[in-house]
Amino acid sequence: MLNLPNRALALATVLAFLVFWSWAASAIGNSVILPTVGEVAKLLFRPGDDLLSMGSLFANIGVSLLRVLLGYCVAVLIAIPLGIAMGYCSIAHAMFGDFLNIFRPIPPLAWVPLVMAWFGIASLADLFGVDRGQWFIYLNNFKYSMIFIIFIGAFYPVLTSSIHGVRNVNRVFIDTARVLGASQADIFRKILLPAALPSMVNGMRIGLGVAWMCLVSAEMLPGSISGVGYLITHAYTMASTDIVVAGMAGIGLTGALMDWLFRRVERRCFSWQRLAR
Amino acid sequence: MEHIVHIHDVSKAFVTERGLSVAAVDRANLEIRRGEFVCLVGPSGCGKSTLLRIIAGLEQADAGRATYNGQLLARPHRDVGMVFQEYSVLPWRTVLDNVCLGLEFLGEKRAARLERAEHYLGLVGMTRFAEAFPYELSGGMRQRVAIARALATDPQVLLMDEPFGALDAHTRILMQKELLRIWRETGKTVILVTHSVDEALYLAGRIAVMTARPGKVREIIDVPLEHPRDRSDPLYAKMTARILDILEEEVVTAGEF
Repeated sequence: MLNLPNRALALATVLAFLVFWSWAASAIGNSVILPTVGEVAKLLFRPGDDLLSMGSLFANIGVSLLRVLLGYCVAVLIAIPLGIAMGYCSIAHAMFGDFLNIFRPIPPLAWVPLVMAWFGIASLADLFGVDRGQWFIYLNNFKYSMIFIIFIGAFYPVLTSSIHGVRNVNRVFIDTARVLGASQADIFRKILLPAALPSMVNGMRIGLGVAWMCLVSAEMLPGSISGVGYLITHAYTMASTDIVVAGMAGIGLTGALMDWLFRRVERRCFSWQRLAR
Repeated sequence: MEHIVHIHDVSKAFVTERGLSVAAVDRANLEIRRGEFVCLVGPSGCGKSTLLRIIAGLEQADAGRATYNGQLLARPHRDVGMVFQEYSVLPWRTVLDNVCLGLEFLGEKRAARLERAEHYLGLVGMTRFAEAFPYELSGGMRQRVAIARALATDPQVLLMDEPFGALDAHTRILMQKELLRIWRETGKTVILVTHSVDEALYLAGRIAVMTARPGKVREIIDVPLEHPRDRSDPLYAKMTARILDILEEEVVTAGEF
């Protein structure tokens, strides 16, 4: 935990950055190149106001958040069981290890053309067969293409840390359980899973961060008409740099908040890990 | 006295990462009587831990057989418990829940589990720490928990693989006294592996001295001293010197010095 002097230092760094920004903005004197702190703060402190008739900052971050969570959940649901299987069973590792490693270095953005060819502008509205009305407007916000890009971003950190977590379980814990008469299911449930959980949650935290970073590229895809990534690119074409910066700040703050929440959970639930150090 | 564990011509080899086969144990023979305290000593790498793991059912002998009451020990046996050298207490469980572990595997009801676990925590003097997590405990305390956990399922034979190897000298001596008390109170058969001749002489009724790798039992030495033993007893010193001589000879002739 940060103590008081460290908190003061953290705050001082932020303040110094804002001072530098103010000085740079006034020196440049052109808010299209660099808006002032005040202009951006005004947007951030009134997140409910409509911007360029694209909805508010708040609403756009909300849509983005839902998209990220959707892609992220799919990634977690696939990566964790696969990671456990690959960490536990050498056959699964032999089957998928090299195969998945070929796909790992491909940046999520490089998938865009292929993903567009596959999914076009199809969305959850197509999945549920809704083609008009209020629900269509909601569901149409969640394009397959975006969810796929976010999925790719979140998938690898979660997979890697699940494999790592299961593989690095102390052998003596497993031996202990075996001598005490544990079945394979017992070892899995009572030794492997709890021992690997901190690593998995850590991977989930990193994965969420990466998924959030894939957002802007996902929301720049054709057919996107909402989301904070779209807000930023659209504001850029309108030369509204203050909205661009406010959108960036919104992404940064939301991402930092999610990371903080995850860290809190990790600290709370895995305090026992101090032993392993 | 009746024999409870038989080790008959047990051999075991391991394949190294380079693909070489290295014999760890070579035709070892040992008989353990019910209720006795036996220590296995030998030069490092002589396969004493391997032998213990074979009795625990964690490794399979390549040749020969290890039996408990005539039953082949090819997999872990209910009546054989084990305490490891490394800290094997599960860090995410409280002390009490650690001691319950084996009882959970046996499908005991929660109330019965807690009662048994509390009894054994009392036996090792850890009742006050029932709700503590392992990271809050010292090394000696963690090994007490490991002993309580191994005893909680009421095995007849307790295997101990250098259980005090990671402890400082002073804690180690205290734990040896504790172990003797627990052994007397429970009447279990204990087979303890150690590289410390002093530890073996302080604890064991019989000491099996092993040869350098590939290990076999070279000599079984009866210790005719009463517990509690006096380390300043001339016989204690004489026996220490004799066993150290054997070990030195083993290490030198094996050329591993």
